[in-house]
Amino acid sequence: MPKISELLVNGNRLRVDTTSDRSLLNVLRDELNLTGSKYGCGEGQCGACTVLIDGQATRSCITTVGSAAGKKITTIEGLEKNGRLHPLQQAFLDADALQCGYCTPGMIMSGVALLAKNTSPSDQEIVRFMEGNICRCGTYPRIVTAIRKAAQSIKGGGR
Amino acid sequence: MSESHPSDQPIELERYELQAEPAYRFDFELARRDFFKLLGGGLVLVFTLDALGSQESGRQEGESGRRAPTPSAPKDIAGWLHIAEDGSVTVFTGKVEFGQNIRTSLSQVVAEELRVPVSSIRVLMGDTDLTPFDIGTFGSRTTPTMAPQLRKAAAAAREALIDLAADEWKINRASIGVKDGKLIDERTAKSIEFGRLTKGQKLLKVISADTATTPPDQWKIAGKSVAKVDGRSFVTGGHRYTSDQKLPGMLVGRIVRPSALNATLASVKTGDAEAIPGVTVVSDANFVGVAAPDAQTAARAAAAIQTEWKAEPQPAAKELSEYLRKQATSAQQVSSQGSITDGLERAEKKLNQTYTVAYIAHAPLEPRAAVAEWREGKLTVWTGTQRPFGVRGELAETFRIPEDRVRVIVPDTGSGYGGKHTGDVAIEAARLAKSAGKPVKVVWTREEEFTWAYFRPAGVIDVSSGVSADGTITAWEFHNYNSGTAGIQTKYAFANQKIVFHQTKSPLRQGSYRGLAATANHFARESHLDELAHALKMDPLEFRFKNLKDERLKAVLSAAASAFGWGKPKSAADRGFGIAGGFEKGGYVAACAEVAVDRATGKAKLIRVVEAFECGAIVNPDQLRNQIEGSIVMGIGGALFEAMDFDNGKVVNPRFSRYRVPRFSDTPLIEAVLVDRKDLSSAGAGETPIVGLAPAVANAIFDATGIRLRSLPLAPNGLKL
Repeated sequence: MPKISELLVNGNRLRVDTTSDRSLLNVLRDELNLTGSKYGCGEGQCGACTVLIDGQATRSCITTVGSAAGKKITTIEGLEKNGRLHPLQQAFLDADALQCGYCTPGMIMSGVALLAKNTSPSDQEIVRFMEGNICRCGTYPRIVTAIRKAAQSIKGGGR
Repeated sequence: MSESHPSDQPIELERYELQAEPAYRFDFELARRDFFKLLGGGLVLVFTLDALGSQESGRQEGESGRRAPTPSAPKDIAGWLHIAEDGSVTVFTGKVEFGQNIRTSLSQVVAEELRVPVSSIRVLMGDTDLTPFDIGTFGSRTTPTMAPQLRKAAAAAREALIDLAADEWKINRASIGVKDGKLIDERTAKSIEFGRLTKGQKLLKVISADTATTPPDQWKIAGKSVAKVDGRSFVTGGHRYTSDQKLPGMLVGRIVRPSALNATLASVKTGDAEAIPGVTVVSDANFVGVAAPDAQTAARAAAAIQTEWKAEPQPAAKELSEYLRKQATSAQQVSSQGSITDGLERAEKKLNQTYTVAYIAHAPLEPRAAVAEWREGKLTVWTGTQRPFGVRGELAETFRIPEDRVRVIVPDTGSGYGGKHTGDVAIEAARLAKSAGKPVKVVWTREEEFTWAYFRPAGVIDVSSGVSADGTITAWEFHNYNSGTAGIQTKYAFANQKIVFHQTKSPLRQGSYRGLAATANHFARESHLDELAHALKMDPLEFRFKNLKDERLKAVLSAAASAFGWGKPKSAADRGFGIAGGFEKGGYVAACAEVAVDRATGKAKLIRVVEAFECGAIVNPDQLRNQIEGSIVMGIGGALFEAMDFDNGKVVNPRFSRYRVPRFSDTPLIEAVLVDRKDLSSAGAGETPIVGLAPAVANAIFDATGIRLRSLPLAPNGLKL
């Protein structure tokens, strides 16, 4: 089994020592102590493990670390810059778009990927894009609001 | 071990709801010593439930004994509060945060009484070594019971600080005001911070049960929408849930599960797993598990163990209703008034119908998890449980050690909805850690979560009724098999009624769930009322009012109907309107639903829900809305499509790809109408908003199609039109 010794995470080259077949989620959490990405189902059905790989929302629980090596990986920990939250993180706080918060990192990473592609998504477009992310507490309407507000904030120069 | 789940045990939810007295007492003397050791000096306020406590009120005790004689050690400590020498305020409560946002609402009520900003309050929750005994976070009890206690502690703290300032300044306490963490001499504007007053002292005060608190109509901080106090740690991924905890040298545990529910271990071969370097294998009674340095090795080791299990034949989901009826073991008459026979005789129309509800899963997004560590004979377990003290008891019993050798710590948890009462995963992690001699973390897989947790009880409900021509219900006989007694009593004025709960054997392990059986009982009752209204060609809302004297229930029905536009024309021919109302755990709820039915595909889509809710004086309007919205969204699953499928001891759909939960596209337009009653004490709100949705949706589907659906979930595969 080929070995992976380096990953590009949140702009940093990080040393890892792992076989290429492990899940990216597992390596992020257990090797790199980046526990913001969550395990929810292990089959890509709930979105709690969502990270960006070269800007694309990706389910890290069903992605091998081998396929992510050499690519730009962004996790929830990489969004805050110099103590300043990403506009979508701020919008989640402003809309109180969370209860237990366990789905929140995955929701935010999916939302960031959407906003990178579509700077002013309609509510229908948000719903369609976010369909693969589960919030068991049922804060979906607030998450839609947060994404819409973040889109406005980014256009207004938020980032 | 935890693997044994006898199926004929009394249902757990009733036990949790009815157990009023704490099973354990907190040793206050020990706690006090630990307390000052932990936090240094300052002022500690203790709320006690003892009658004695009020007599002790007002005494102060210095550690040196120089102030007042030591008060007799109060038992039954319910809450406490500490003001440190730096002025920081820490509240201690055995309640836990699972997303219901009580960390925020409890901070608000304490800030209110102490006249300090919410941000200056720290709430330490669910740690059996540091927080007072608490029976558990369930039954919507935090707001009606814990909040008033902490409120009193804070009010007493404020008064004690005024006394200290009066001593310090040698002035009358009446001229001392409290604002922004300072005491102010209102004549001279001289001020002193809380912390400076307590400096160098270890002060203890017992709060009397009758401490006066600020009435709701004068609230300035409570009653307002305050955002989740530690929200930032969640949106940055910084918060460490149990499953994110790490200890030095920690191993990863994995359990070898039985071949079927209720199976017992016949044989086990562990040699191959034991040969893997770094692996510890435990085979003890019905428990088989491994601990290994990492998750892959643990999975490999678990797979290398060969087991044989024995199980008796067990029923399948499709035989459930018949099974529950046949297996009834005992009946409990919940209500008996008047005469059903007389009532039926006077009836113009009679109706007998049966309603059923399926087992459903809580499916909290964070699966059950625990990290266990044994050190010098003491066991510490981090785990997401709603009953930290209950789980401490389970661990002590399992490992035959005294409770004071067990500490349970509950990090804010990835939800539970009543599903995380038990200590299974804590016991598993502790058992593995004991043999491995190192800390062990166990995180259940989603499949384990869907199989080895417990479920909302399924149920069969028979309703027989009679109604006179003017719409008065003359007879009401209600038999609930298995799902439970929550919400079984009615606020309707039924002169002749008989309500019975039948306990039965359950093929699946079952227990508490958001709202308990109130969803099942409201579904049966409010569907049946709708059927009667239609049989008499009466408007369903008018029909309810005809049989209702309870003003609070009438008020929410009116509020929901008015905001929804009940009685107004529908926007399209495919639409249907439904209404349902109810009461549970101190909260009054009414829901109006609008559904659209696609005649070609049979798909029933929930378009719009308006729900009015009244729970006394509102502590935090926006978080209350959040709970109502969340209850509605969660309720959609149980109403329309969620159901456990099982056959002969195996769960057939233990994955999100096979067990559908509500998603973004299932979410209707939601309007929450808050009825604020500042003249009434606050009730909890995490559960009751879920109970009205299912019947409102069923009634709306009938309105749209003429099809009466009497089983939850209503339309897992669409409607047959």
